[in-house]
Amino acid sequence: MHKMRGGAPIRVGFDEVSGTVIDLAVGHGPRTVQGRKGHGVAINGSVPGPLVRLREGSDVRLNVTNHLEEDTSIHWHGLLVPFYMDGVPGISFPGIRPGQTFSYQFPVRQAGTYWYHSHSGLQEQQGHYGPLIIDPAGEEPAEYDRDYILLLSEFTPLHPHTIMDRLRKGEGYFNYQQTSWNDQYPLTAEDRRMWAQMRMPATDIADVTGSTYTYLANGRGPKEGLEYLFNPGERVRMRVINGSAMTFFNLRIPGLPMTVIAADGQNVKPVEVDEFQIGTAETYDVIIEPRAEAYTIVAESMDRSGMALAALASRPGARAPIPPPRKPPLLDMGDMGMNHGDHGASHSMDGMKMRDTLLLPPDVKTGPGIDMVSMAPVDKLGDPGLGLRDVEHRVLTYRMLSALEPNRDTRTPSRLLELHLTGNMERYMWSFDGQMYSAVSDVPIRFAWNERVRVKLVNNTMMAHPIHLHGMFFELVNGEDAAHQPRKNIVIVQPGASAQFDLTANEPGDWAFHCHLLYHMHGGMMQTVTVMGPESGS
Amino acid sequence: MRVALPALALIAAVPLAAQDPHADHTMPGASQDQHAGHDMGAMDKPASPGPTMETPPPAAVGSGPPRAADAIWGAEAMADSREDLRRTHGDFPVFWFQGDRLEAQVREGEDVYLWDIQGYYGGPTERLWFKSEGEGAFGSNPEDTEVQALYAKAFAPFWDVQAGVRHDIAGPDTTHAVIGVQGLAPYLFEIDTALFLSQRGDLTARVEAEIDQRITQRLILQPRIEANLAAQDIPELGIGAGFDQIEIGARLRYEIRREFAPYIGVEQSWRTGRSATLARARGEDPSATSFLAGIRFWF
Repeated sequence: MHKMRGGAPIRVGFDEVSGTVIDLAVGHGPRTVQGRKGHGVAINGSVPGPLVRLREGSDVRLNVTNHLEEDTSIHWHGLLVPFYMDGVPGISFPGIRPGQTFSYQFPVRQAGTYWYHSHSGLQEQQGHYGPLIIDPAGEEPAEYDRDYILLLSEFTPLHPHTIMDRLRKGEGYFNYQQTSWNDQYPLTAEDRRMWAQMRMPATDIADVTGSTYTYLANGRGPKEGLEYLFNPGERVRMRVINGSAMTFFNLRIPGLPMTVIAADGQNVKPVEVDEFQIGTAETYDVIIEPRAEAYTIVAESMDRSGMALAALASRPGARAPIPPPRKPPLLDMGDMGMNHGDHGASHSMDGMKMRDTLLLPPDVKTGPGIDMVSMAPVDKLGDPGLGLRDVEHRVLTYRMLSALEPNRDTRTPSRLLELHLTGNMERYMWSFDGQMYSAVSDVPIRFAWNERVRVKLVNNTMMAHPIHLHGMFFELVNGEDAAHQPRKNIVIVQPGASAQFDLTANEPGDWAFHCHLLYHMHGGMMQTVTVMGPESGS
Repeated sequence: MRVALPALALIAAVPLAAQDPHADHTMPGASQDQHAGHDMGAMDKPASPGPTMETPPPAAVGSGPPRAADAIWGAEAMADSREDLRRTHGDFPVFWFQGDRLEAQVREGEDVYLWDIQGYYGGPTERLWFKSEGEGAFGSNPEDTEVQALYAKAFAPFWDVQAGVRHDIAGPDTTHAVIGVQGLAPYLFEIDTALFLSQRGDLTARVEAEIDQRITQRLILQPRIEANLAAQDIPELGIGAGFDQIEIGARLRYEIRREFAPYIGVEQSWRTGRSATLARARGEDPSATSFLAGIRFWF
């Protein structure tokens, strides 16, 4: 572990770099957010790093120079690249050594809103991320007058190794919204006894919270006044990127509906909502048509321990009121995977088993690393997400997404692959099928060339996991026909629930597959996916 | 216009939920309403056709470890980063040290200092533990001091089995073999139990249980009970067969940080049965009430 010191102060916000040859420099330096000081990692001197703006159809070379005293890397999140340009040390390439320059070269095969970040150590938490936009070779399907980026992330003065260490050692270390004698939670004494009996906290919504994080909008804290200007009547495209390490945001603009036009960089049929949840590493593009003098863009962390803020202003300095944070949500029986029977008022545990490992398929390794097994996991792609289940306005769910351009491969999948998301909160172990990455680093999930597979993810934990596959888009099995199932590279699997996606395995090589909560990935929830090449013969 | 259908379904579901008498959150999460919403969503749009049972992969998926990058960069160049990725994603060791009780006790007749520390080095399921506790009157050497070195392995999600040795430093030189169980019981009781077999063949046992009651997010009341048992009389240590000693206490701590909390408390201890008789014979009171103050810390 390197303690970094020195370096030039890190600038807030980002410039733009574009063209077919782009130089990026990874360095470090002191960082200040709302008076809180820390040490950060920056690309080209800023956090977030520069907007990398590419054009579909071009061949690009991105020269990344490492000025740190430790290895680094850049992963191009959501980009279709040769596996050896994907930027995951230990899977796709050896990493970039201190002082070394690595040239990423690949053809740009897509358009949309993406981002990039380190896949080395815990550098992503320290500021090693930035937005990436690819303009289409042809026409943009959406019409708009202004094009803005809202990159959400977090700042903490703590070293990320300290955060990982505290998560492993101290139960609920960052949670200052736990149940207590004087809390205001709508829980009966019986509810409280039930949660205590299970040794699970109903308040475990986020592992790392506003107790250490200052939530950022384009690198600025909520009091640092990020402002987007508009002329009333203009159509504004807001490209929202969740570049945080650990945070789900619930995003709304009071008084202004948003029309979602893309998810994870891929165009969807326009759908109008008042709020949406954006999981870690997801991107959503929305069109807004502001007409009033000013609006506040509110991105509450899912546990409501803080928020990132920005202003939409018709003139510099115009501001709308900032709504107070809403009450923290609680987990419920459904989040434990108990979704049938028990629809009455009683929430007793009679007849409920928290950890019936016989319900797991035989390829799941049972043991201390699994503290819960969902009794009756149901598909919750229609769930708006924690904290948004009872709001009285329109909230996006995955079921509302429909691909704008039809999918090329609409074959019925030839097999089902079921993967179980497993964990032990107390020990802070996270895994697929009961085995942490350290135990299965040489046991990849394998797909045949061009194989069409339906993957079912079953969440046996009480946390929502944003599961990310590198190198390929998958299509959410969300009720749309096969041609219009939305393409994504992240799927949030709700606590105690399941989610399915269809995958055409047509990008050969080894790819990372992991929970995009940084400390869950490091806690073990990661596996390599190997896709055979066309030469393998099938 | 197919896209409008799910949107309409959701819009329809929201006012329903809002009217539901249970939506006022008298229950955790008002789950009734949500499930209604989800079920509607599920019925609304069936999944596209696909297999519903998991089947083994075809032979064409290949076999063996993932080594695609070796063909590009060379196996040697990849080796270090592969090892680093494996080492840092999942089972990696941490070092934890806790001063659970470092306190001064005010009793009738004497004031006592006491320590109870523990720590481990290791991964999430396999650890090397050390423990030490002891006490003594202020201004004099400790009367009771023990150190333990244990190997611990998780055998259940919340439980470790521990085995090792205990050495008593003060008093007659005694070494014990230790086997114990430590973990978190239902209702969030922290439990630490152990059996001790000394080199003289004496069998004793200890059970400790404590529970954190959060009064506020930082003010925490911790009731604690400890019982020491013996299978036989051990006169040279003043221990009688059966329940040798019982302590019941409560400590009220304030977590300035999670890692650092001063506390105050009260504790009552009794020697019982033969042990009480032996204590009286030494001129000691078998029952003692202590007021205490200390700090709890960890790193």
